[in-house]
Amino acid sequence: MSIKLFELLLQAAIYTVTISVVSILIGFAIAVIVSAMLLSRQRLLALQARIFISFFRGVPLLVQLLLIYNLLPAIGLNVPSIVAAIIGLSLCTAAYQAENLRGGFSSVPAGLVESAEMVGMTPVQIFRRIKAPIALRLTFPALVNEAILILKASSLVSVVGVIELTRMAQDLAGSTFLPLEIFASAGLIYLVINWIVALAGGLIERSLPGVPR
Amino acid sequence: MTFDINVIFSNLPEILSGAWVTIVIWIITTPAAAVLGFLIAVARRFGGVMLDKAFGIVIAVLRGTPFLIQIFLVYYGGPFVGLSLDPIPAGVIGLSIYGAAYFSEIFRSGFAAVPKGHIEAGICVGLTQGQIIRRILLPEMTMLVLPPSVNMTIILMKETAVLSIITVPELTATLSAIGSQQYAFVEALFVLALFYWALVEITGWLGHLAETKLTRFRFFNI
Repeated sequence: MSIKLFELLLQAAIYTVTISVVSILIGFAIAVIVSAMLLSRQRLLALQARIFISFFRGVPLLVQLLLIYNLLPAIGLNVPSIVAAIIGLSLCTAAYQAENLRGGFSSVPAGLVESAEMVGMTPVQIFRRIKAPIALRLTFPALVNEAILILKASSLVSVVGVIELTRMAQDLAGSTFLPLEIFASAGLIYLVINWIVALAGGLIERSLPGVPR
Repeated sequence: MTFDINVIFSNLPEILSGAWVTIVIWIITTPAAAVLGFLIAVARRFGGVMLDKAFGIVIAVLRGTPFLIQIFLVYYGGPFVGLSLDPIPAGVIGLSIYGAAYFSEIFRSGFAAVPKGHIEAGICVGLTQGQIIRRILLPEMTMLVLPPSVNMTIILMKETAVLSIITVPELTATLSAIGSQQYAFVEALFVLALFYWALVEITGWLGHLAETKLTRFRFFNI
């Protein structure tokens, strides 16, 4: 296998990372809303959030991607495949992240919130200075985990025609008849990316403001 | 957007056969992965440092790379090392190895949770290694490994959809084909999503039931 082929794989890996990062960020934004709905006192909102989570965790991502890719044109929205891929990944990761966030917010010690109320903090201040930092600290390891899962899951967007790392490997394997070398190299690139994410996640985690013990 | 339910009924035999393939692959793969994972965990625990390190690397690779890449390696790379497999065997083998990596970690954490004293006590009264595994490790860690095992079973169910890419005639492949041939994506994919959703929810519910039932027979505290 030549250096040229490996370079092509590395270029495609940039797509993989970009798609994953964008999906994780959009997914996080959706997850904040869904977890707020989950914790809300209005039954209907909570039920909607539960159905959302159950669906996106219960259906394979591949099926979700096929659904979104084929359903959007059916309702008259023609989007490029990259957009369909990002929508699919974002919604899927949002469901998992919402569960994590709910866990984080409900583990914020009640005593801390009460003492903040006692010293006269407004609800916004309590959220910004007490609840959010502690919940973030508690859910950060799960977030890093989720980032790694999405990096791996992004290989599935090859089925809707996005030329990311897996699709590039598939095309190259088909045209060069070197499937072993090319798929092993692609695997190695995924491994290195995930290793870097895990390492960086561990470093950031240690620098986050601490959780009261 | 129209929804023609007749597409489903007129293709019912194909859909049922696809669903059957999905379920059979799942039912073969999950126990295979669990047993293989258990053996790996035992080998890592009792097989010495070298074996532990070697398996550690293999598992890191299996957990750090996408399943799709692994299945491509087995299916398209296999013939180049003299291992030509049909889609279904390739899929079952690939999925079992993938699942085994995760199951081995589940069992490893289960082993780690069994108090050291219990094992030492077993050695003291003269139990063999097999007896220690069967009579002390296995029963004591059952409660602990059950929830993540149910989780893994569900993950493997969903992962069967990926096998459609290497042309295993399971439900995802069947229904996407029906969708594109008859231009009925909405109907076909709707049934597909509903099938997986129902199966995953039922499995999760059964797993939960098993957990609560087993907790009643719990005779010690970890």
